Amino acid sequence: MIMDYSMSTVKDLPREEYFASGHRLCQGCPEAIIARLVTKVLGPNLIVVTPTGCLEVSTSVYPETAWKIPWIHVAFENAAAVASGVEAAIRALQRKGLKYKGRKIHVVAIAGDGGTADIGLQALSGALERGHDFVYICMDNEAYMNTGIQRSGATPLKAWTTTTPVGSKWRGKLQLKKDIPAIAAAHGIPYVAVASISHLKDFAYKVKKAAEIDGPAYIHVQAPCPTGWRFDSSKTIEVARLGVLTGMWVLYEIERGVFKVTVPVPQRRPVEDYLMLQGRFRHLTKEEIEEVQRYVDEQVEKVNKRAGYTAIGPVVRL
Amino acid sequence: MAQRMALSTNYAIAYAVKNCDVDVIAAYPITPQTTVVERLSEFVANGELDAEYIPVESEHSALSAVIGASAAGARVFTATASQGLALMHEVLFMASGMRLPIVMSIANRTLSMPLNIHNDHQDMMSSRDCGWIQIYISSAQEAHDTVIQAYRLAERLDILLPVCVCYDGYVLSHTYEPVEVRDKQKVLEYTPRVERPHVLDPDKPITMGVMALPNYTYEFKYQVVDALKRVPKALEEVDAEFADKFGVKYGLYEEYMCSDADVIMIALGAIASTARLAIDNLRSKGFRIGLFRPRLYRPIPVELWKSVLRKAKMLAIVDRAIAFGGCGGPLFSDVATMFINDSERPLMINFIAGIGGRDVTVRDLEQMGLMAFKSLEEGLKEQCIYFGVRGVDYGL
Repeated sequence: MIMDYSMSTVKDLPREEYFASGHRLCQGCPEAIIARLVTKVLGPNLIVVTPTGCLEVSTSVYPETAWKIPWIHVAFENAAAVASGVEAAIRALQRKGLKYKGRKIHVVAIAGDGGTADIGLQALSGALERGHDFVYICMDNEAYMNTGIQRSGATPLKAWTTTTPVGSKWRGKLQLKKDIPAIAAAHGIPYVAVASISHLKDFAYKVKKAAEIDGPAYIHVQAPCPTGWRFDSSKTIEVARLGVLTGMWVLYEIERGVFKVTVPVPQRRPVEDYLMLQGRFRHLTKEEIEEVQRYVDEQVEKVNKRAGYTAIGPVVRL
Repeated sequence: MAQRMALSTNYAIAYAVKNCDVDVIAAYPITPQTTVVERLSEFVANGELDAEYIPVESEHSALSAVIGASAAGARVFTATASQGLALMHEVLFMASGMRLPIVMSIANRTLSMPLNIHNDHQDMMSSRDCGWIQIYISSAQEAHDTVIQAYRLAERLDILLPVCVCYDGYVLSHTYEPVEVRDKQKVLEYTPRVERPHVLDPDKPITMGVMALPNYTYEFKYQVVDALKRVPKALEEVDAEFADKFGVKYGLYEEYMCSDADVIMIALGAIASTARLAIDNLRSKGFRIGLFRPRLYRPIPVELWKSVLRKAKMLAIVDRAIAFGGCGGPLFSDVATMFINDSERPLMINFIAGIGGRDVTVRDLEQMGLMAFKSLEEGLKEQCIYFGVRGVDYGL
């Protein structure tokens, strides 16, 4: 059964499970939450493409699989290209009357930030530009977690990773996070959204909308990684929520060019509340935290300007 | 209706792909392959071919896209050459490892540096052992017919392997020859759609492109080895069926005047066509020389090759590629290996020639033949000769 928009809480999500428990992802891993939700919302008429990464290696170890819908992995940098091929095949076979007559088969790529922002960016850009009817979901855990927490283009400023260590010259990552949803939006595709697993209903709606829109859609979903971000595995949702509440992770959508903040935050929490939950920011001094706060303030101002109202409010210290 | 047309090998391939009614084409331009996908885009644009044409942003994505499409049950095609094939390299293994019946044509071209758009076999030889069936052709007609055979072969349920059809860039890709374009109806009767049991289908969900650990990976790989072993017999059958339908038979190799030959020259692709003239000229001067042109090069039908080659006293192996730092060219190494445990075997001399599009003329091939005879009489001074390269004198 496909989810409908009348859902009032997550308990109204379809009962069917297409992502089985017993996978090998870490305790508290957000990717399992994402895979389960996406397949629930769009299954069973769904084909999922996953590039190499945590989700792939933890769900498809032969002879077991966690996927109850058709699933394919090929390489690290080509999820969008493989999805292009799957979508084109369905289109051709339907047109020739050979398969899936009158049925909508959703094609969804679910990738990490490395496979999206770095090595897979070219394939993604090509697929978005060509206008394939598919959904690309980037689970952003802000580093190469599968190979052991190396920095990616999506790693935020000052975050510790195993390749942005804290030393006498370096203080974690020296560069800013790459704005991938903005890159996706620059292709002029019909739907781009940013979501979080702390706001599942918002996320579920976005997945459904993305799949129903004709043409390519891109969803960027926050994926706090207990292993790589250094927090307790019971706190995944709490960390995700604080990302949203501090204004560091703004939940918005751009539907046919129209920008909308889908989860306004009238009163913002200071970034410290988010940063200090995570071991990867433990080295930050008071001054460095203030620097991050100033950067987030600037970003929030831009968001509000774009939204046309104060969607994300001022910082209120509790 | 079959139609006789003047076509370059690139166009001959495009017509074959059209008449095989492919569903998905992924295309990226690279010289000297480009006119294949240009012509295919015209067929799609004017409705002669009902296919999805994916103008990908790289060759890596070209092969990735046809992998996705083939996995979803479509009949697919892509084409490349040179750097494009090199860029596909990692994906080549995935296509064969996933047992997808992809057909790809390759207009063989050298690899940079220096950048050069002309022909040799360096591109294919550098991707030689990646689980693909490799067929080298030597005319536009053979290219046309081989693409049709390739679908029949690749989609056999006892094979399910990708096939590349290799032909010399420019020398063949851009040379016009009269080609009998096979009738589409007959082509589709010959190579009808095959329902594959393992495709992405929500009604029968499967997991493809899995991860395996040391406890299973070896067996996965061996299944490819095993499927390749079935290929020579399968291609013979496919070739025989083709002969029944279209009246032309190609075999797994071509031999020319080999039965009584003291020296057999071995060459792939276009050089072999030129070599026929050199053989004729040397024969007229009394030299007993023959020519062996492999058509199926991966997998090598070892016993079949040996049944022809073992009768010679000397094999003159012409490689259009360099195996840097190796024991000779790639074709030489293959032929040498197949005789390694035989107490009686021919001597072997290796000529590296035609690198980066350097012409290999009839006279060059005659000279190679004479050098082989001289080495046979006076003893082998040099095993691997970089034929015609400036600044090196072998004293032969």
